[in-house]
Amino acid sequence: MNNDKSKTAEEQNYHKLQQKKELKRPVILNCFKAFFVGGFICLIGQVITTFYIYFFDFTEQTAGNPTVATIIFFTMLLTGFGLYDKLGQFAGAGSAVPVTGFGNAVISTAIEHRTEGFILGVGSNMFKLAGSVIVYGVFSAFIIAIIKTLFMKWMG
Amino acid sequence: MFTNKPVIISTGTVGGPMEAKGKIPEAFDLLHDDQWLEQDSFEKAQQLLLEQAIDITVNKSPIEKEQVEFFLGGDLINQITPTTLALKSEDIGYFGLFNACATSTEGLALAALMINNQAANYVMTGTASHNAATERQYRYPTEYGSQKPPTAQWTVTGAGCAIIAQQGSGPVITSATIGKVVDMGLTDPFNMGGAMAPAAVDTIMTHLKERNLSPSYYDLIITGDLGKVGRESSLELLNQKGIHIRKEQYVDCGLSIYKREQPILAGASGTASSAIGIYGYYIDQIRKGNIKKILAVATGALHSPLTVQQKNSIPCIAHAVAIEAGSDKS
Amino acid sequence: MIFFWAFLVGGLICVIGQILMDVFKLTPAHTLTALVVLGAIMDGFNLYEPLIDFAGAGATVPITSFGNSLVHGAMAEAEKHGLIGVVTGMFEVTSSGISAAIIFGVIGAILFKPKG
Repeated sequence: MNNDKSKTAEEQNYHKLQQKKELKRPVILNCFKAFFVGGFICLIGQVITTFYIYFFDFTEQTAGNPTVATIIFFTMLLTGFGLYDKLGQFAGAGSAVPVTGFGNAVISTAIEHRTEGFILGVGSNMFKLAGSVIVYGVFSAFIIAIIKTLFMKWMG
Repeated sequence: MFTNKPVIISTGTVGGPMEAKGKIPEAFDLLHDDQWLEQDSFEKAQQLLLEQAIDITVNKSPIEKEQVEFFLGGDLINQITPTTLALKSEDIGYFGLFNACATSTEGLALAALMINNQAANYVMTGTASHNAATERQYRYPTEYGSQKPPTAQWTVTGAGCAIIAQQGSGPVITSATIGKVVDMGLTDPFNMGGAMAPAAVDTIMTHLKERNLSPSYYDLIITGDLGKVGRESSLELLNQKGIHIRKEQYVDCGLSIYKREQPILAGASGTASSAIGIYGYYIDQIRKGNIKKILAVATGALHSPLTVQQKNSIPCIAHAVAIEAGSDKS
Repeated sequence: MIFFWAFLVGGLICVIGQILMDVFKLTPAHTLTALVVLGAIMDGFNLYEPLIDFAGAGATVPITSFGNSLVHGAMAEAEKHGLIGVVTGMFEVTSSGISAAIIFGVIGAILFKPKG
């Protein structure tokens, strides 16, 4: 019993030492980089959306769909040519949070697992990283929509 | 203690493109400019790296491949398959090892033990690692844009082998200390250096105590891949426990292989980090006469992607092998 | 003007993500999941559509809009068909992102090799 306690004390000591020695993440700098890259990607998205509204028959509500598809197309090019991972290291959430991040998560996994074949490799593994976004997006939307529908019914 | 003084009669090292641009390209016998090595997969490339290292090591030695009786080695990939597949075309008894990045000294220690007890005449040990193969298994697909923290390390693409014999010319293994599993409760797989430092400290202390030596006995105490964070943490821990090692005396293979401008964050890692550093560079320094006695302490982080997801902490290990300059024995 | 707001709002949502990753030490998967759920909750309170009107792509491009679209689709169908609409309507508005990702994923796997 005593041995356990002293071990945890030694562990705690070491954890404190680690906190000191650990190279700290440059949080402020990362936030700036994320802000600029993320904002820039959304800006490009706005250009694309405007393009689709004026040159095709999309409205402001529906132009979101082809915009997302176009952005994911460009993400495929960046990922395929080996540029996206460098962007990701630089921008962090700036590239992960826009739909580029979702696209990259699916496409990079697909490309990586080609060595295991298209069915078992590419097909089965494609949503390894992006799956939770879809799963919990759908599930939370389910809960929220049910609550909201019941709430509205109850309000008359 | 190895009273019969097993001799390292030959070593061979192979490296990839990042290593070719690094600090010690002269430590490699063979360098590649492409990490695929014209293979279909990164794992096959890793296998080829080991095969090449084995061939080079035999070619540089005074013996023929048929004389090698045993091979001890392993790597980071699941079920150490690249190592096994590399050995399938050889007619050598195979001991597969898994100690993550500490495999190089584990193999060296066991090989020395076998030679010392005259269980064999010639034993080879070696390991290989490949950056992309390791990334895709332990972390993320290589094209994934995640942001690695500054404590993360870069896995070396390369391989290193050594042949140990009962007699011959070359540096001599005088003793080894086998480490125990040390787990200080750290859970961040992107900070392996920090997790491994206590294991290195534990093994170094045990070695010095059992052999009744002070750290100044060795010209250099070399760790495998502690990186910036691990090296500082372990130096501080050693100081706290009363062992004072001079900074110049305490080197890390992880910090020796690449130039600072390369995108390696906290340092190099991977089984090949210590293998190339120890077998390639530092043993070469002993052969050239620049240093006489080293204590090579490779460290390994023994986690798997599964244990991390299951919220386990990272158990680590370190094995120390003392290598000294030998005289010609025949 | 909408270009400016697209940049600003999009950038800010990314900063929220960066803080989740750096300060709370969440993995990218955890962070994105949290943001999707946030988007869904915001639409639950009818807060996301006004954000889209205000910031355009600054709100439709980040992953939060995926949560918003899912709730929107579910609600639209629920208004027509009652509770079962929540399940049947969910992907009506939002299939573009997932379809594109799958399609370009397969194309990518055919065309490209990982660069490491």
